[in-house]
Amino acid sequence: MIYLELFWTFLKIGAFTFGGGYAMIPLIQAEVGAHGWMSAEEVVNFVAVSESTPGPFAVNASTYVGMQTAGFAGAFCATLGVVLPSFIIILAVAGCLDRFRKSRIMSGCMSGLRPAVIGLIGAAAVSTGRTVFFPDGISVTGLGSPVFWISAVIFLAALVPALKKVHPILIILVSAALGVAAGYWFHIL
Amino acid sequence: MQKSSNRSLFVTFLKIGAFTFGGGYAMIPLIQREAVEKQGWISEEDLLEIVAVAESTPGPVAINAATFVGQKIGGFIGALSATVGVVLPSFAIICAVSFVLEQFEQWKAVQYAFMGIRAGVLALILQALVSMYRQFPKDGISYVIMAGAFFAVALWNVSVLLVIACCAAAGILWGKLKGRREK
Repeated sequence: MIYLELFWTFLKIGAFTFGGGYAMIPLIQAEVGAHGWMSAEEVVNFVAVSESTPGPFAVNASTYVGMQTAGFAGAFCATLGVVLPSFIIILAVAGCLDRFRKSRIMSGCMSGLRPAVIGLIGAAAVSTGRTVFFPDGISVTGLGSPVFWISAVIFLAALVPALKKVHPILIILVSAALGVAAGYWFHIL
Repeated sequence: MQKSSNRSLFVTFLKIGAFTFGGGYAMIPLIQREAVEKQGWISEEDLLEIVAVAESTPGPVAINAATFVGQKIGGFIGALSATVGVVLPSFAIICAVSFVLEQFEQWKAVQYAFMGIRAGVLALILQALVSMYRQFPKDGISYVIMAGAFFAVALWNVSVLLVIACCAAAGILWGKLKGRREK
């Protein structure tokens, strides 16, 4: 049943979201892609939608995927799934917070997870790069396609302001404008 | 009293949820203004503690923080009010966005826009990578875990859930070994 599947998939995503945001892109791509709910490209598109709307990425993604696959009830089940693990865990540890934070197990866990999150963001960059530059799969002919060149130019143009911490929404808006201009100019797709 | 505090928890976190763009840490200054300064529900120190807990438990930081503050002020019902409040704005907005995108995604201009946006998103991800890397404890084991997680997911398509579980286990094991050596 689709509602149960949505709930279960996003329960897993909620339970394994650490530090939040981009580190979760590979997980969401894998889980959502395995069900055929969203393509890799759509996930990257959605990162931008989520940056430009309020709310955490995981919650936005659950609502969107649920809505696209099974309407309002689907959105509800998926979002309930993503929220439930943190809700339960926080209620469970709220009483013994000090012990929880100072336990050796927890600090060990975090010392493993902190570098892991960086590795995962690196993996997110690789899979996003693949989707951006080679939407039809990596190949030599892909290097000659206008999509590759346009994306490369926009990426390089966005990189410097991004590293200087220009606001993400501004970067998204300018990239969109450049995409529209280049698309019509070169008549691609 | 109890009922009204639950209602104000709901309203306060509804506001916080509606104005937190880009998720996570963006909401901490907002919580500070609303829950520490305006309502006096928690102290400055509590807030730091909440951030630390939110970081070391699974789930989006916004949800963790809302549940924690709610529980502290109003028990289970308080936690529920705050969490529903913080989720509701993004839920409603994304439902609307999903409907709008469905209408327009076939338009050429929209497809071109997203082609550009995807390239921009890649730049944003690299920025996040660089700034996280800068604050990261640079010792041997951390590099091993970082590289292991990266290659496992990027090259060998290992499940992210498995990678996270293994990295947590590696961290615990390493902590135990170090503790033994220090004794």
